[in-house]
Amino acid sequence: MKLTGSQVLLRTMRREDVDVIFGYPGGVVLPIYDELYKEKFRHLLVRHEQGAIHAADGYARVSGKVGVCLVTSGPGATNTVTGIANAYMDSIPVVIFTGQVPTGLIGSDAFQEVDITGITRPCTKHNFLVRRIEDLASTIHEAFHIARSGRPGPVLVDLPRDVSQATIEEEDIRDDFNTLNGLEKPQQEDIAKAVEMIRAARKPVIVSGGGVLLGKASEELREFVRRTGFPITSTLMGLGAYPGSDPLWLGMPGMHGTYYANMAITGCDLLVAVGMRFDDRVTSKVDTFAPNAKIIHIDIDPVSIDRIVRSHLSIVSDAKTALGMLNAALAGGDPVPAEQTREWMDQIDAWKKRVPLRFSESTDRIKPQQVIRKLYELTKGEALIATEVGQNQMWAAQYYTYDHPHTFISSGGLGTMGFGFPAAVGAQVARPEKTVIDIAGDGSIQMNIQELATAVQYNIPVKIVILNNQYLGMVRQWQQMFYGRRYSHTDMSYAPDFVKIAEAYGATGLRASRPEELEAVLKKGLETPGVVVMDIRVEKEECVYPMVRPGASIADMDLGLELPAAETAPTNGGEDPQTRSFN
Amino acid sequence: MKAKENTIALLVRNRPDVLARIAGTFSGGGFNIESITANITKTPETTKIIITTKGSATTMEKLKKQLNRLVDVLSVDDLTGRMASRRELVLFRMKWNDESRSAVMAAVDLYNWKVVCMDDRYCVIEVSGRKDSIDRAIQLLDPLGLEDFSRSGMVALEKFKPE
Ligand SMILES: Cc1ncc(C[n+]2csc(CCOP(=O)(O)OP(=O)(O)O)c2C)c(N)n1
Repeated sequence: MKLTGSQVLLRTMRREDVDVIFGYPGGVVLPIYDELYKEKFRHLLVRHEQGAIHAADGYARVSGKVGVCLVTSGPGATNTVTGIANAYMDSIPVVIFTGQVPTGLIGSDAFQEVDITGITRPCTKHNFLVRRIEDLASTIHEAFHIARSGRPGPVLVDLPRDVSQATIEEEDIRDDFNTLNGLEKPQQEDIAKAVEMIRAARKPVIVSGGGVLLGKASEELREFVRRTGFPITSTLMGLGAYPGSDPLWLGMPGMHGTYYANMAITGCDLLVAVGMRFDDRVTSKVDTFAPNAKIIHIDIDPVSIDRIVRSHLSIVSDAKTALGMLNAALAGGDPVPAEQTREWMDQIDAWKKRVPLRFSESTDRIKPQQVIRKLYELTKGEALIATEVGQNQMWAAQYYTYDHPHTFISSGGLGTMGFGFPAAVGAQVARPEKTVIDIAGDGSIQMNIQELATAVQYNIPVKIVILNNQYLGMVRQWQQMFYGRRYSHTDMSYAPDFVKIAEAYGATGLRASRPEELEAVLKKGLETPGVVVMDIRVEKEECVYPMVRPGASIADMDLGLELPAAETAPTNGGEDPQTRSFN
Repeated sequence: MKAKENTIALLVRNRPDVLARIAGTFSGGGFNIESITANITKTPETTKIIITTKGSATTMEKLKKQLNRLVDVLSVDDLTGRMASRRELVLFRMKWNDESRSAVMAAVDLYNWKVVCMDDRYCVIEVSGRKDSIDRAIQLLDPLGLEDFSRSGMVALEKFKPE
């Protein structure tokens, strides 16, 4: 039997266990779309190609599978570039199929021709232009393999129209491709060295990252913490791998990290870094990052090792294997007796008590942090939280407690405004039974708001909570702190009525402007079936704290509120803002 | 740390855009290519690329790791400081006249170079050797009517098969 290229594509995707495609049609992918129609392949029509790639990305983050998107050539392809770079920075496995003009026209500036493999070369893990139908199946398999193996990442496959239209005898289809050797297992002697360093530690701290989630190693991480009793912090990308409600949890470190996470890193004598890459938002000034520590760095990508921070021991491995081996080596007895770290743990407790995460409450304005905390209470911590970028993202990271892996979906490396909502759509597709919330800013949500149509059309009941401060809040915060309050082009008060926008798209729109309305609106929004947009009017000039100034040491934090003297008890009289604290 | 010249031998899959990927890795990481040669090997599916580049030991470590990360790169071999033969080939075009001809021919004879072609106005000379002897040839030929030259870039081969 003969198959067309389009049929080969769908057949091969089935073999790769693809159950949904996020896409948008156009001229050169018509043959593929015709086949989707005939085969009733599950395809969600987005409203902008950036929505497709972010949705595929969100789907991948939550499902642990490879996300897939399909777009046409030219503008369809270029519209995915931001999303590809986003997935690349966060090492998310996605495969992007782009249509291309027929092979005979490539290089002729044909209608809707762009060199998308050239454009995306620096922001894909790899990409392919398929020139012959004979190579199609093997290339697709290879693309999926590359996307999910090692350090994952996006892989783009460019499909000229004549290739999807050509035919091939079924028995001539080749599915095999040359794989390169996988990773070797960590050396036993390195594991032994690590164990020695772990046993010797008096002031240890663990910093985990997105690699633990990508490597599906949350269980091993939890086991590792149980075995060692070490306190643990995690980068934005790694939130949820270790339960946020556990006493050993320190919250996130870095620019907007907790006081105690940053102090612990600065004071520690052993730092165990797992699946993280010492991003500058985490380290800030590198010289003063963990200055007294021996560093063990476990990462799957040799490029990350010794790139920013020099480690004393590095183990190139996926997190699951390395942590598994460490756990085995630490089994039995009490590898690190509690007395050995008691002083350190007391110190950390004192830091936690001295400066918990806190904000000042108000009786007439809704505080954004309070919104997140309320959402946590109402969802009992069981929701999937996607975020946009800016203050909303940082408050979502700080004030929702993530107890489960793959429940926090955020653009870490690229910081892409407009990511959260389409990613939430993808996450909801992967986990239909879950409550999925996009915590948004009024600026970010306008970047991909058109996806409301997608969500409503397919009944993907994402809840959008806009922390509406009528500013590009995070940029405004920098202008407040570093540019003499000159709010240059960050005023967003000219904005649409988000309730009406929701209604125009066929979703539910709700609004809360006063603190006493907040709970009822959030509750109603979460209980209302279908897509809901909650426009929460919050304090306009609230800032995210703690804040480490760019280039400063992470121990040097602006805490926003007065730092209570270690000895004196905090007073609560007079005009003092009432502060609420969360650990 | 001081920047010395390094020689890196890459074995890559012979795919159309592999050179672009390698070049992109250099430019994206702020590394500079001093010279590059690329050619097929005994197996037509693989290409050998020899690159010389300046950089400190730490930069080289970073560069090699990044090159290794490319899907189409099969191996990255750092020949710097290893027992390897290194050669470059250059073609020199000389404009000569009756006076300079004898001086040029004397140099050709002395250094065992090769005249590839000549007429009464021009000749093309082939020189191969290590980088420093090429540099010396340029110095020597320049005052004798050197008009233009083309350098192949360095090729290198380890003297023993690495165990
Ligand atoms: C696509 C994109 N453009 C610009 C920026 C720069 N930027 C970072 S945060 C931010 C403000 C975001 O404002 P908003 O979505 O209202 O969120 P808020 O900070 O107020 O919570 C901007 C403009 C970005 N991250 N992404």
